[in-house]
Amino acid sequence: MAAFKRIAGRVVVNGIALLLASVVIFALVKAAPGDPAQIMLGTSAAPDTLAALRVQLGLDQPLIWQYLGWLQGIVSGDMGQSYTYDVPVSGLVASRAAVTLPLAALASTGAVMLAVPLGVWAAARPGGGADIAATVLAQMGIAVPNFWIAIVLILTVSLGLGYFPAGGFPGWQSGWVSALQALILPAISLGIPQAAVLTRVTRAAVLDLMHEDFIRTARAKGLSLRQALWRHAVPNALLPVVTMLGLQIPFLISGAVLVENVFNLPGIGTLAYQALAQRDLIVVQNVILLFAALVLVMNVLTDTLAVMLDPRLRGRG
Amino acid sequence: MTDRHGKPRGLRRLMNLRIGAALTGMWCVVALLSRFWTPADPTGMNIAQRLQPPGVGGVLGTDQIGRDIASVIMSGAWTSLGIAGLATCLGGAVGIGLGLYAAGMGKRTERMIMTVLGVLFAFPPVLSAILLGAILGPGALTAVLAIGVFMVPVFARITRSAAAQIWTREYIAAAFMAGKTRLRISMEHVLPNIAGQLVVQVTLQMGLAILAEAGLSYLGMGVAPPTPSWGRMLADSQTYLSSAPHLAVVPGLAIALAVLGLNLLGDGLRDLADPRKGGAG
Amino acid sequence: MAMTTLSGPRAGLFWAGLICAALAMVPAFAQGDRSVTFVQAVEPQGLDPSVGSPVAAGQVTWQNVFEGLVRIDRNGAVSPQLAESWRISDDGLRYEFQLQKDVKFHNGAPFDSASAKFSIDRILSDRSTNGQKALYSVIEEVSAPSPYRLVLRLNRPASNLLYWLGFPAAVMVEPQSAPTDQTQPVGTGPFVVTEWRKGDRVVMRANADYWGDAPEIDHLVARFIADPQAQAAALQSGQADVVAEFGAPEMFARFQSDPRFTTHAGTGEMEVVAGMNNARPPFDNPDVRAALMMAIDRTQLLAAVNSGLGTPIGSHFSPASPFYEDLTDVYPYDPARARALLEKAGYGAGFSFTMKVPTRAYAQRSAEILQAFFQQIGVDARIESSDFPASWIGDVFRDTNYDMTIVGHAEPLDIGIYARDPYYFNYHSPAFEAAISGIDQATTPQARRDGYRQAQEILARDVPALFLYSAPKLGIWNKDLAGLWENGPVPANDMTDVHWLR
Repeated sequence: MAAFKRIAGRVVVNGIALLLASVVIFALVKAAPGDPAQIMLGTSAAPDTLAALRVQLGLDQPLIWQYLGWLQGIVSGDMGQSYTYDVPVSGLVASRAAVTLPLAALASTGAVMLAVPLGVWAAARPGGGADIAATVLAQMGIAVPNFWIAIVLILTVSLGLGYFPAGGFPGWQSGWVSALQALILPAISLGIPQAAVLTRVTRAAVLDLMHEDFIRTARAKGLSLRQALWRHAVPNALLPVVTMLGLQIPFLISGAVLVENVFNLPGIGTLAYQALAQRDLIVVQNVILLFAALVLVMNVLTDTLAVMLDPRLRGRG
Repeated sequence: MTDRHGKPRGLRRLMNLRIGAALTGMWCVVALLSRFWTPADPTGMNIAQRLQPPGVGGVLGTDQIGRDIASVIMSGAWTSLGIAGLATCLGGAVGIGLGLYAAGMGKRTERMIMTVLGVLFAFPPVLSAILLGAILGPGALTAVLAIGVFMVPVFARITRSAAAQIWTREYIAAAFMAGKTRLRISMEHVLPNIAGQLVVQVTLQMGLAILAEAGLSYLGMGVAPPTPSWGRMLADSQTYLSSAPHLAVVPGLAIALAVLGLNLLGDGLRDLADPRKGGAG
Repeated sequence: MAMTTLSGPRAGLFWAGLICAALAMVPAFAQGDRSVTFVQAVEPQGLDPSVGSPVAAGQVTWQNVFEGLVRIDRNGAVSPQLAESWRISDDGLRYEFQLQKDVKFHNGAPFDSASAKFSIDRILSDRSTNGQKALYSVIEEVSAPSPYRLVLRLNRPASNLLYWLGFPAAVMVEPQSAPTDQTQPVGTGPFVVTEWRKGDRVVMRANADYWGDAPEIDHLVARFIADPQAQAAALQSGQADVVAEFGAPEMFARFQSDPRFTTHAGTGEMEVVAGMNNARPPFDNPDVRAALMMAIDRTQLLAAVNSGLGTPIGSHFSPASPFYEDLTDVYPYDPARARALLEKAGYGAGFSFTMKVPTRAYAQRSAEILQAFFQQIGVDARIESSDFPASWIGDVFRDTNYDMTIVGHAEPLDIGIYARDPYYFNYHSPAFEAAISGIDQATTPQARRDGYRQAQEILARDVPALFLYSAPKLGIWNKDLAGLWENGPVPANDMTDVHWLR
């Protein structure tokens, strides 16, 4: 009961936070200078034409009605019509998510595949050559901007070696191979700083476990250090790694805008960026709200996980 | 020799600190020096001498309108460190203040502050910064605000959890007995005891701020020309990549070395303060 | 032990490497021979060039999907299209078109004088959102006396009307489908739009029932890539075949020396000018404007901004036009004379002002260089970035709340903007306005030519804007392709004559 109450409490708190966020987002978006109708019609549009378009877009309504209308739409699953494309925002977002989500998944998977072995390898002999190499690599990975990695990868791998497209996305319908190819370099750019952080987390977590009794026991049973680490330390060290990853994923997705920009990928980041430039405000506000919701949902999930794993709370009620 | 937690004693433990302090110190000196002296005028164009490789036109070559890259990098250090520093001050001051207040004022206030900060924390930083840029117009102030605002929840969370631990100590109770107010206790007993952790965080956040400033300038949301900026140098360099790669490599390295210096310094300070903890991110 | 190897520290690296290597082996792009992919920087908001701001829509669909009564051809001349011939009355007030027979729209509906009348009435209607509506406002009445005869009556002579009718903004649409043309365009052209993947591409296929010569390609793809670096990458990796207006002059040389591509630095219609607020001191003083003009070395500016590609201009006119006159020597680069002029105007000690610069690479770069040039004559220009188009349109263009700005004017033959009132230059010159209305009323080619010459010269002397350069049309395409436009009299990707040589 206590556990349930606590989770319910978290849901309520985060729900309120989301509502607050929607107010802030709406206010910010409306504060951006520039008239969407004027931007759509260009410099030679007549005043009556502009007025007609504003009515059509609902921009003549009082702000409070516009806000409530937006909220009501979201509750009933309708995010509204994009001003510029004149198609439902939900469809636009879904088609762009089909690029950004696999990109983020690829980047995270790659980061884990790189970081966990590297972190364990470094922790196996602290202060050794491998440790120093891994630490230096991790420090460099964190210090370099991901869009710069992207630029350098295009120059060297795509244009220099001719592997992988240097930008653009052929779409999933053109086959998963060519679609994946288009995502490899962006995923590497996005994943390197991620991998650097995870390497450090893994190394620290494994180091903390190294001297636990069960590792000593395993060693005493005749396992090599490496075997002992992989069979016993790593599974235990994965929890902090996964937690870190979970907290980072929303930011990985929303932070992909720079890398998407360099690689010209039609992802959610580019959608929001271009929509803002064209003052397709309805798209901007929905995308930002969606990202905020993602973070808050992740909050609830990690809290729930913590509650479930907490024996004091689990035991009672 | 390494200790129980894999931290080498002596030499390598101090390596982080030394390299970090050296790099950070170097950039600070360069930034200050650029206010008085640079090899050439960082805004002086010389179109006839454009795109010279390093060594030919100045130590680091010239850029697309013939400015001396070494001079631009030097002045850019002032911009980057300045914006990152101001943003960290803003985020740190507000965040630490809120964190202290939340920890000192009991459960209800704490929950309210943390919920409001949770809202801020939920905003996607890059997109929100671009949106802020659209509202305020690009410029140094926009960059400072956009970067600083998103540091507030980070500082607040760290301060609050560190301060909460201090509040359970005996000497706090003693101070209460002595009739000190919560504000005075926060300032006199709590803050000095968590200052070490906060300094580490300031250093690390400043590194992130330099990266963020580069990203914003790359998207055209940073300082206006002709004020030099590493991020804008990177943005400008993109189309010259194949003909003049040094235009991208030099500012990229400058950013990396500055961030690396701050990160190493932060790690080193943490090791110094709490030798038991490893260098986890 | 086998377990250890599989889950060993290097296993993750191994698998990641293997997957990457496997993907790298597969060819990046497989392409049918008879398909052509062209790239443009801006994605249109809708595909009907007669609705809204037409440039980007026209770049996708003009000539490929939609056709007009007449068209501007690759040389900038007017040639017949859906109207096979026409007659203009001597007073210039009545245009009679003889229309093509046996033309069908993509939905099977016939093209006739009724649909032509509908199309023009639609441009002129009160609810029209045609961005170029003003150009056609001289048309007072449209009538269709017989199925293949269309008559336009004008309220005053307009010698440029045929030229305007050849624009993307005046394409012919089919009445039933017109409301959905923005997303599912129905035209008379040789290609039919099959798919629009928003944010990425528009796919077109050859129109089997095309009334004219069938195109030699089966599929046409328009891809939208804003970043020149990414455009270059798409070309080099074979994902795109054509970039008609390449955005990064500094990368052009690389393609010129690349045997896989044909390049052409043609003339375009875009004049880049630093517009000044002529109503605001000190820019209301012609001597000050002239001094600023003489402070600028346009050749150097072009070298730095455009890697030397493009043409310095002395007035608001494209070198591509037959009426062009080189007026760069009216106010040549001469800092000493510039300073003397400032002295004469009472600004011997210099002055300072703000440049509101659109967030576009060419404008930002030009601003930095102008700033340095102005510094040499003691004038201090502060650069302020203006979000383009969002903030710029409202702040600079509509409210004229600015001192100086820099923007490229892409519309063809648009010198008349300096006679518009209101317009963001706040420039008023009775002599210039007279010259422009003289052009409208010209009935002989010579009179038109004289009018344009006179208009150019007035602007060159008055410099309501600092005339910087005419932007080149940098075309890059696969060397096996032929039939592309080398110059750009209209912003377009006319692919109707394009074919593969191999």
